[in-house]
Amino acid sequence: MATPTLVKGARATRSTVALKIVMAVSGLVFIGYVLAHMYGNLKAFAGHDAYNDYAHHLREFGEPMLPYEGFLWVMRLVLVIALVAHVGAAVALWRRAAKARTVKYQVKKNQSSSLSSRTMRWGGLALLLFIVWHLLHFTVGKVNPSGGATNDPYNLMVESFDLWWMTVIYLLAMLALGFHLHHGTFSAIQTLGFTNTASSRARAKQAGWVLAVVVAGGFSLVPLSVLVGIIEK
Amino acid sequence: MASAQGTSPLNQPAQQVSDDARGYYTPGEPIVDPVAPTGPIDQRWTQRIFDNRLVNPANRRKLDIIIVGTGLAGGAAAATLGEAGYNVKSFCYQDSPRRAHSIAAQGGINAAKNYKEDGDSTFRLFYDTVKGGDYRSRESNVYRLAEVSANIIDQCVAQGVPFAREYGGLLDNRSFGGVQVSRTFYARGQTGQQLLLGAYQAMERQVAAGTVTQYTRHEMLEVIVADGKARGIVARDLVTGEIETHLADVVVLANGGYGNVFFLSTNAMGSNVTAAWRAHRKGAYMANPCYTQIHPTCIPVSGAHQSKLTLMSESLRNDGRIWVPKKAEDCDKDPRDIPEEDRDYYLERIYPAFGNLVPRDIASRQAKNMCDEGRGVGPAVTEVGPDGTEQQVRRGVYLDFADAISRMGRKAVETKYGNLFDMYARITGEDPYETPMRIYPAVHYVMGGLWVDYHLQSTIPGLFVTGEANFSDHGANRLGASALMQGLADGYFVLPNTIREYLADGPFEKIDESHPAVVEARTDVEQRIQKFLSINGTRSADSFHKQLGNIMWEYCGMERSEEGLRKAIDMIRDLKKEFWTDLRVLGTNESINQSLERAGRVADFIELGELMCIDALNRRESCGGHFRAESQTEDGEALRHDDEFAYVAAWEWTGEDGLPVLHKEDLIYTAIEMKQRSYK
Amino acid sequence: MRLTLNIWRQRDAASAGSMQKYELDGVSEDMSFLEMLDVLNEQLNEQGEEPVAFDSDCREGICGNCGLMINGQAHGPEVTTTCQLHMRSFKDGDDITIEPWRSDVFPVLRDLIVDRSAFDRIIQAGGYISANTGSAPDAHAAPVEKKKADRAFDVATCIACGACVAACPNGSASLFMGAKITHLGELPQGQPERYDRVVNMVGQHDAEGFGGCTNIGECTAACPKEIPLDVISQLNKDLRTALKQGR
Repeated sequence: MATPTLVKGARATRSTVALKIVMAVSGLVFIGYVLAHMYGNLKAFAGHDAYNDYAHHLREFGEPMLPYEGFLWVMRLVLVIALVAHVGAAVALWRRAAKARTVKYQVKKNQSSSLSSRTMRWGGLALLLFIVWHLLHFTVGKVNPSGGATNDPYNLMVESFDLWWMTVIYLLAMLALGFHLHHGTFSAIQTLGFTNTASSRARAKQAGWVLAVVVAGGFSLVPLSVLVGIIEK
Repeated sequence: MASAQGTSPLNQPAQQVSDDARGYYTPGEPIVDPVAPTGPIDQRWTQRIFDNRLVNPANRRKLDIIIVGTGLAGGAAAATLGEAGYNVKSFCYQDSPRRAHSIAAQGGINAAKNYKEDGDSTFRLFYDTVKGGDYRSRESNVYRLAEVSANIIDQCVAQGVPFAREYGGLLDNRSFGGVQVSRTFYARGQTGQQLLLGAYQAMERQVAAGTVTQYTRHEMLEVIVADGKARGIVARDLVTGEIETHLADVVVLANGGYGNVFFLSTNAMGSNVTAAWRAHRKGAYMANPCYTQIHPTCIPVSGAHQSKLTLMSESLRNDGRIWVPKKAEDCDKDPRDIPEEDRDYYLERIYPAFGNLVPRDIASRQAKNMCDEGRGVGPAVTEVGPDGTEQQVRRGVYLDFADAISRMGRKAVETKYGNLFDMYARITGEDPYETPMRIYPAVHYVMGGLWVDYHLQSTIPGLFVTGEANFSDHGANRLGASALMQGLADGYFVLPNTIREYLADGPFEKIDESHPAVVEARTDVEQRIQKFLSINGTRSADSFHKQLGNIMWEYCGMERSEEGLRKAIDMIRDLKKEFWTDLRVLGTNESINQSLERAGRVADFIELGELMCIDALNRRESCGGHFRAESQTEDGEALRHDDEFAYVAAWEWTGEDGLPVLHKEDLIYTAIEMKQRSYK
Repeated sequence: MRLTLNIWRQRDAASAGSMQKYELDGVSEDMSFLEMLDVLNEQLNEQGEEPVAFDSDCREGICGNCGLMINGQAHGPEVTTTCQLHMRSFKDGDDITIEPWRSDVFPVLRDLIVDRSAFDRIIQAGGYISANTGSAPDAHAAPVEKKKADRAFDVATCIACGACVAACPNGSASLFMGAKITHLGELPQGQPERYDRVVNMVGQHDAEGFGGCTNIGECTAACPKEIPLDVISQLNKDLRTALKQGR
């Protein structure tokens, strides 16, 4: 696979580092999104009406400058672009890595890498599956497994999480999200070149921890609270 | 001061009276440097740069230059000649030019920059180098070395070599190897690495530019001399075993030193004499082969498995104190339990003025004396003498930092020597902060090498020799931090200005693979390889190498005597016979075969070893790294005989069964007067 | 001590290889790992079996020629090169698995020897400062802030052994590249070519077939010279700047 010749006319845009930067930037978009999403979810603690008002307000956000649901569609568009970029770059890098070592070691020890860093790819795939399920559940299909009305977001949520297995699915997804954020946050900061000293690297790693705990924890509070009855209809 | 110097001779040619080596050699005609410069010493090089003819830039790309070796001398030459537009082919046996053993030099590089304003000058560096070499080097060459030393630092800084700096952002210097000025530039303990990478990067830039082609994992096995000129080499591709012919207008050998003739040395495992020795057999004279530098501060041998020795920077002697127990029965005690009054700080005792900072050869010899007396320390190692007898000897002396730690504090010692202490701990498993280090001398550098003239051209026209591979600049002993200086001086500044005088006559008539000289060289290489593979004896090349090393270390090491050297020559001759009848090399030529590579190197080391002993036997004087038991003062100090031996011994090969011919080059000084050294 | 060695044997680049088992007795703890292999080879030679081929040269941890995967760790259990690893890091009766660096960019040439010439080509692509011999100004013409000079030195200690590639799950050479980019980028002399350098070196790295970095850190843990992960951040930053400049 090694090439005995020198490359002519190398371009920054066509490099693996550019692909990584795409991953980092799209990842940061997701980080911003999940933080906002989590904030909305926590409205559940404010009760049925506040939660539903928030959901409805998202559709009217930006009016009259934007049409009804305009903001939501802009956001969806940005997210879809980010998703395509993130997954596309990930697949390209994954394939490169697979080709870079086709003969595996008989014995290989990991010395310093975290579990989260080593599970970025499979964890990312799991999150992708979860997103599909999540959209079917709450956005596109609005499937309520317990069979109640689905045009009331609050009730849909509470009835869903009253089912233990549904809560388990979401908690597992949040665990995966926490893992992904733990390494992903640090990795994005490093890829963008902001960790040029040992101390800035340590801070970037801390940021990964904080985001992982806050986001995964924040999201998990709602289903857990529903399950134990703190939040109810 | 200097400009008046260099106009009239200050000494008479030597007249040798003794003839210890009679029967082992044939006296030959004297040799003179045909291009030796004259005139005031500080103008000789400038004048020569001007006098040497230029090569038209359009002609340069038609001129092919082969460079063997990619260390400081070879790498720097490849880069510089490539930049000039010549067509360079560079060869190394390693997998990359960056692995050449220059990389392992620790201490630093001298340059007469006088940045410290402490009285340094070109003349002082010249003076120190000639004196350090015990007046056995050529003064014109040494002056040139001192002169270009300042340019080297400029060049390296421009390349991005990260030398140590002070808080003001300017370069830091330290004093090194007993000199009284601070002229040594350094990059922590890894100066050689950083300088080599600078040269390597400059060379790789030329590879990208298309002026240099690099042949890695290639070993030169023969030089092609056609119609009286060096016109190419035969090399083996170490991966495929293919024997390749490479032709050129000129050949440069920069293949380093041959310290591995001792088997154990601080050289790299692959360092060898083959390129130089093959050239010697084709007519290049070998000069002063017996001049060997033994470094006093190496980590002692730990057992029969030892494959090489590791040097620790000499700077350790600035703060460490060297001692052995006064009584032999204390030698296996924990050194911390030996009271002060039972310790013998022998260097401080014998040399009160210089103490632990005496020159390398004195420190080394005294360490050996202490161990021979039975006062060595560390584990007793079984020594198999060259004649096969076994004895248990402790080979080590203490280098103690307890005083330094209590005076400067552990922190300061750590800052200064931390990396060396770590290295010591890793190799020995002992903590040098707690218990004294153990050190012992090891072969480190060879001052001898192929004879070259002022233009670095050997006695084969068109064969140039640079760096440690030539003999020219260090005389009988080399100052610390001067090897890097010489390698880079030769590669960056000297060779590119002298080789053009030769190349101005080129391009030479093209020869091709069918030229009888090419066919002959190639056939020789092929037959030799077939011979190694077909002897089918019982012993590995390594086992012969170890045995040769034992002979050389015992009889041609720190102290040499007439009787011992005669014995060694006989033993080496026997060993050679055994080698060619009992060697076992498994495998084939057509793949990587490290046993085969070693066999070729050992075969050449055996022949070199014999010549070294003959040279040492002939030189019945003690000078620099060469100490003859028969030539010492009443107190056991080295005694030089300028009246008999102020000459370069240049040896000519006359065939497997012929005796080597000795050609003498008189050393006449015009800018410096010879003095007997004293460190008492 | 007595050891069981499982060693990768492969005749040449074109042949298939396999693991072979050897028993070795009488190993002393003062031996270096490579001296232990020397003893094995001497024994094999006596038995009429071809010795195990492995690279080593300086054997003092600076030339970067040696490098073995020992029990799944590049250069073995200590933070040092294979030649500086000593047998006191092992114990009697140990099973030791020895493999060559695995990377498709570093094809195995024989047994434990791999071809790392891709590293030379990455340097050729831009790992230098263009300063022809003789063209240099006085060394004191451009003072360098000590902090920057120290950082440049710290990362210039890379020995190009390839342990970073060997340890990286992606087979990336980013640590090797980042070390050179950071070294030259910290110095005033390195500025004029700084952004072309990173683009060209990364371009060569990618063309060779090395993987992309995922900032996992296995490289820096395996690095015998402890080159820190920040050199990769520096590389990324320089490349980002190059992107902005449209290079």
